[in-house]
Amino acid sequence: MSARDNILNRIRTQSQRTGVTSAEELVDVRAHIAERARGPLPSTARENPLTRFISECERLKTSVDSVASLNDVPLALASYLRKNTLKMAVVGWPSLSAQNWAEAGVRFDNRLANANDMVGMTDCFCAIGETGTLLLLSGADTPKLHALLPETHICIVSQKRIVATMEDAFQLLRQEKGTLPRATFLVSGPSRTADIEQTIVIGAHGPYRVHVILVP
Amino acid sequence: MQIQSMHFKQTASQKLNDAVLQTAMKKAKGKFVDGRAAAVAEVDAWQDIRTYAAAMRDRVIANLDAYLIEFERNAIARGAVVHWAETAEEANAIIVNIAKQNLVKTVTKSKSMVSEEIALNDALEAANIEVVETDLGEYILQLAHEPPSHIVAPAVHKSKEQVADLFAAAHGRPRSTDITALTREAREVLRDKFLNADMGISGANFVIAETGTTLTVTNEGNADLVTTIPRIHCVVTGIEKVIGTLEDFATLIRLLPRSATGQSAANYLTLTTGVKSADELDGPEQMHIVLIDAGRTKLVGSNMAEMLRCIRCGACMNHCPVYQNVGGHAYGWVYPGPMGSVLTPAYIGIEKAGDLPNAATFCGECQVVCPVKIPLPDLMRKWRERQFDGALRPWHERASIKLWSAFATRPRLYALAAQVAARTAAILGGKQKRITWLPGLDGWTDGRDMPAPAGKTFREQYREQHRDSAIK
Repeated sequence: MSARDNILNRIRTQSQRTGVTSAEELVDVRAHIAERARGPLPSTARENPLTRFISECERLKTSVDSVASLNDVPLALASYLRKNTLKMAVVGWPSLSAQNWAEAGVRFDNRLANANDMVGMTDCFCAIGETGTLLLLSGADTPKLHALLPETHICIVSQKRIVATMEDAFQLLRQEKGTLPRATFLVSGPSRTADIEQTIVIGAHGPYRVHVILVP
Repeated sequence: MQIQSMHFKQTASQKLNDAVLQTAMKKAKGKFVDGRAAAVAEVDAWQDIRTYAAAMRDRVIANLDAYLIEFERNAIARGAVVHWAETAEEANAIIVNIAKQNLVKTVTKSKSMVSEEIALNDALEAANIEVVETDLGEYILQLAHEPPSHIVAPAVHKSKEQVADLFAAAHGRPRSTDITALTREAREVLRDKFLNADMGISGANFVIAETGTTLTVTNEGNADLVTTIPRIHCVVTGIEKVIGTLEDFATLIRLLPRSATGQSAANYLTLTTGVKSADELDGPEQMHIVLIDAGRTKLVGSNMAEMLRCIRCGACMNHCPVYQNVGGHAYGWVYPGPMGSVLTPAYIGIEKAGDLPNAATFCGECQVVCPVKIPLPDLMRKWRERQFDGALRPWHERASIKLWSAFATRPRLYALAAQVAARTAAILGGKQKRITWLPGLDGWTDGRDMPAPAGKTFREQYREQHRDSAIK
């Protein structure tokens, strides 16, 4: 008998069931999973997703800027970098390389982020109003390290892609992608720790700053 | 982790006289308790969500075999290798073997209490593999060669001065007691470890049957680096962590960070599903998931099965007056506080952990704050009953409980004994009407006096007053 069989058998015996797990029992579990039942929601989850998203970002110390169109992003980025006395260079996702970064005076590197990069630039699959959360998916053109290694993570968020709850975000993910990618990454503010004397310090192993640029 | 639970009483006494610990615990108590209260107050459906979550966890635990099989099927479909381990030794052997087969020299780890349970670091080091803890609290404890004292904030017992000493000795940099500088120092020192590790080991807050996903809930970003950069990702977790769907996760994550640290959202929720595809630039080539029993199946179907609902938030210990005063190390194993007082006897045996279910005032606060409504005081009482039935408590304690029950179940005898006791205690109290010494209880009366009773029992006084009012 394998460890697997022994563990499953012990569960069966302890649960007063005989034999191995039956096909009917598995069908039952799958049917219950397929219902994708949602739990009770707090009333905050029913607020306007965009306004809730902005106020929750503020609470999490994610800064938010808003521009009129995607074409205005490079200038908004340049002004953010200047304001924070950061170098005018970012490493970003390939999907963003088409923008006219050079005109705004920003060097845009389209490659995988490394430990020397100071600013990483991504967009996101969607965002969640209830908690001010960005949802990023891994993929060939969307490596996760851009949002992790640099001290500053800048994320372009489309207002149309801000959903109310995490349940809505997962629903959208199933609709558009079918299955989960290798990494589904939900980011709520810059990295932090309170491991020394329960004192919150912003900037642990991930970014010190998360900055959202909202586009229509 | 080495079991020290049998020394609870002795260690607890030492901890009460440990000035650094007492300062640390007082600081932490306010932050955890007030933080949780504020975060919970924002969620008007809190009680409904708790009830729903408890039922959701119960449903899975009642069909644990089927949920695990479904999880395994979906994880395998995405390229993960699923291993099963009945014991800590088996789990360690599996992980060491994966490391050896892949010529792994260095491992980065994100915080995992299950790995503390099985003493995974010792097993890897014995095989000459370097292991680096990357959660700041766990890293501090690795330098100090100490076990965690809290499941969420493992180094809660350490002062910044102690951390400064550890860092100065280990890093050879100038000593600083500034918390921001210490955090930065750990970031800088650990960066190279993250980038050069061959294997990343993480725990899992939950594993999702629907998708074959394992996931971590963190704030520092270390779990993300650990599960993204190395070529092998190994997940070590308990079989009870399985949940049904992404929606179930969405419900539980409304409860977990609020209960744990008073946060409305944890910084990073990282759902990992299988291995990287050929065209991806980052992510592991191999994913191994080690599902561990190590005592959990003993709770399935038992009268303590509710304990398997636990989502490891730590609220029960944060709100426990015993934990708040003695800290986590006194409990002598991985899981302190009320949840530990139920789990530890189940996992390592009641004969080694007998004091733990008794280390409670039964104030009931742990049950009130538990996000999945585990009746912790009830479960601790069940352990006490088992200890009594199994003759596992000292003879004098069992004798006095037997004696008590002999009186308590015979009303006339009880009334008579109460009369004798009340008269004697009144005499003992003397003119001051304070009892300063009781035979056999000098440990109690050394530190405190007790007001002496009036000399008559409640029943006698009631009877007298009733007679008086009847005459009028």
